[in-house]
This record gives sequence, structure tokens and C-alpha cells, in this order.
Amino acid sequence: MSARSVVVTGMGATTPLGGTVASTWEALLAGQSGIHTLTHDWVTKYELPVRFGAELAVPAAEVLKKVETKRMDPSAQYAMVASRQAWQDAGAPEVEPERLVVAIGTGIGGFTTTLNAWDTLREKGPRRVYPLSVPMLMPSSPAGNVSIELGARGGARTPVSACASGAEAMALGMDLIQSGRADVVVAGGTEAAIHPLTFAGFSAMQALSTRNDDPATASRPYDTSRDGFVMGEGAAIVVLESEEHAKARGATIYAELAGAGISSDAHNIVAPEPEGAGASRAMTLALEQAGMSTTDISHINAHATSTPVGDVAESNAIRAAFGSDADGIPVSATKSQTGHLLGAAGAVEALLTIMAIRDRIAPAVRHITDFDPAVTIDVVRGEHRTLPEGPIAAMDNSFGFGGANVALIFRSVA
Amino acid sequence: MAYTDDEILAGLAEIINEETGLETDAVQLDKTFTDDLDIDSLSMMTIAVTAEEKFGVKIPDEEVKNLVTVNDAVTYIKNAQS
Repeated sequence: MSARSVVVTGMGATTPLGGTVASTWEALLAGQSGIHTLTHDWVTKYELPVRFGAELAVPAAEVLKKVETKRMDPSAQYAMVASRQAWQDAGAPEVEPERLVVAIGTGIGGFTTTLNAWDTLREKGPRRVYPLSVPMLMPSSPAGNVSIELGARGGARTPVSACASGAEAMALGMDLIQSGRADVVVAGGTEAAIHPLTFAGFSAMQALSTRNDDPATASRPYDTSRDGFVMGEGAAIVVLESEEHAKARGATIYAELAGAGISSDAHNIVAPEPEGAGASRAMTLALEQAGMSTTDISHINAHATSTPVGDVAESNAIRAAFGSDADGIPVSATKSQTGHLLGAAGAVEALLTIMAIRDRIAPAVRHITDFDPAVTIDVVRGEHRTLPEGPIAAMDNSFGFGGANVALIFRSVA
Repeated sequence: MAYTDDEILAGLAEIINEETGLETDAVQLDKTFTDDLDIDSLSMMTIAVTAEEKFGVKIPDEEVKNLVTVNDAVTYIKNAQS
């Protein structure tokens, strides 16, 4: 049985490093940091222990119409910005509306809208609550809005698995195309959670870096002094398409989405299973689906959020899945520059994995001065690493609270 | 201090522009909200509630559906002021 191949024909993003995929990639390779001290009045008003984050390099309001920013929560706004880019990049494919699906994951959804509506209710009463509050706050709002924009009638789907959501949306898109239920899927993740409540909540669980005096280097995966992740925001979207459909219309193909593995730890709602058993199983499942062995992988973009426990657990998981073959695989951790985009993280890193394959560059992990000896994988330190010529494949790992694990494999196309 | 018809029309046009993105010039007395201006019922509620605040009047929910044209709204707000 030969499954239908799934290829990437369009990409779009808005991230803390840039307002597009190209500018994000360029800033990443140049070593820039998207992490800055926050200037919102609520930072001092609530005396938050963490005063920095990774906000969009290009605010959505500079790209969207004013009425769009009023009628969509920021999580949907970012998804719309990235989806329009991806769709144009793919050449606005002609596709039967019923065979076009939108799948956009989010970890948290439109909760800025939720909280604003709650404030309005308490301060001004029920009649003043904005009538679009509910359709703005629901997590399916990004997918719903983009499906309307593109006329997609095959489904508006919203995978929700915390920080694995964006990657899971791509896995879903792959399934839908492989099983013959869709020809084109606009897939990815979005998050807009830079808000005092998320800072307070993540701080209360001591998940965030508190390096207020040096925000730009606060995200330092694999360094012994890493002290938590840095909150980011943004969206990243790909256009997935059956190879047959893409070739028939002469589309430019960036890469093949060759495999996706999904597992759950069933261990702890927050902490990863320390040996990375669940995460390694997701990687192995992705390899199996791609029909690949561990030696076929030339690069890994790790989840690596810069937390003391998580980075080592993932290192253990990669070791468990790849054994001694992990020795020669350059591992990048792009959150060192983007921060952690929660539900959009897996999607942003999928795009960066595709760019790594295209340009044959495994980006250096920034801000490592004292490499953690507990990390046993081949982390790219110092200079970028060049990836081999010829056909190659690369893996993108994403993990989320709730024990969610997603591994994606992208393969170069000739 | 009561608002004049022109002030009410200009104020409504601003509210409608804010809510729907429609150009303020398009908001004219003889236009209907639904057919001419393509304003749906949810937006209409927001416009009514925002107009209440702006002009210091009360527009009960059951009255909103009777406001068919822009002129209906201007007249209602003008009378509600006194």
C-alpha cells in the first residue's frame, strides 16, 4: 500500500524575530534575540517577578485592517497574518472547497478576550459585553476565521495539546491528506498569551526564567544556568498538499512531511517523564511512519525550552530513540532566540526545520557558556553546522503539558 | 445640551466605521443598516450600545430591530435625548 505523499507548498509566520518566514530565518541565523524587557504598565502594576518576553517583531495591527483587530482575538489575528502569507506563498492553490481543511492549534486560545469581557461585565454590566466575545474567545476561532477567509469547507479543526498544539495540527493535516479526505490543509499553530495572568501563573509554578537583568540571553537551552522558559507569542502556518495535487498545478515544493508520531506520557500533568519514554516513542513512531531508520535523520530541532528538567528529559529521549546514532546528529534549539511560543512553538520550529533542510544549515544554539554535562546529545554550539548535500531528513520535536509528545519528520525533495 | 441631527449622524458614522470598517461617507440617512450597509445583528447591537454611551440615551434591545434606516436611528436618538 502506498500512502499519498504530503508536501509543503507554502509557509507563513509572524514571530518575535520577524514578520515573515524569511525575516525570522534571517534574524535567527544572524544570532538576534526576539526577547526584550516588557514595557506594559501591568508589569510594574502587579509587581510581576518576570518582566520580559518575546513579543511579535511586527505587531498584527500594522498588518491587519483596524476592524479585523477589533473582531478577532490576537490569537486569531496572528493566525490570519501567517495564513494569508502561507496561502499567497503557495500560489493561492485552486482546490475544491470541500477538499480544503484548516487545522490551527492553540495552547490557550482567546483568553485575553475572555478576561476583557469579564472586566467589562463587572465594571459596566452584561449589556456592555461585546457581542462577539464568545466567538472571539473560543479556541477554534483562529481556524474558523481562516476557513472563512480561504473558503475552506472541508473542516475547521483545532488540535489543543498545550505546547504541542501547532505540531499536532500538522500531524492532523498529514493524516487527512494521506487518508484521502483532503487535498490541501492549511495547518499550524498560534498563541497570544502575553498577559499578566499567564506570567503570574507560569511564575507561580516556577516555569519561567527570572533573568530580568539580561533578557536577551535568558533563554539558554542546555546551559547549566538555564532557569526556565521565556514566554513568546506568534503564529506559523504551512500549506500541506498531496504530492499529486501539488505536482498537477506545478507548485513549488519546499519539503515532504514524511512522518508524524504522537504519544502521551501518562505520567504527570506538568513534568515530563524523566527518561523521556513517551517522547522517544513519538520519535520512533514518526520514523516508522516515514519508513526511515535513525541514520536517515540529519538534524533535529529540539523542543528545548530552557527548563532545568525538560531539556535533560528530551536529551534522554533522543538518546533512547536514536541510540548511538544520535552522536552524529546536530541538534538545534531555536527557542534560545524566539522564546517559547507555546501552542505556536511546534509550528514555528517546523518552519525552521524546513528552512534548515532547504539551506543545509543547523542553526547554533545561543547563550551556552557552560554546557550541561547531563545533556548527552550533539548540540550545535558556537558556529552553525552545515548539513549534508543530497537527500536528507530532519525532525522537529514538540512536547506539552498534559504529557503530549509530537515528533514531525520533514524530508528534502529533489 | 442636545446633539443636532448632523452631530448624531457623524457620531453614528464613526461608531459604524469603528465596528465594521465601513467608510464614514457611506453612512447616509437613507441607507438601510442590513441591506445597504451589510451590518449584521451582532454588530447592530454593538453600535446601539456604543451609541447609548456616546449620546447619553437609552436604546432598549427591542427597539434596535425597529431601526431600519440610518435616519430611523438618528430620529430615535434625537427624540430620546429630551
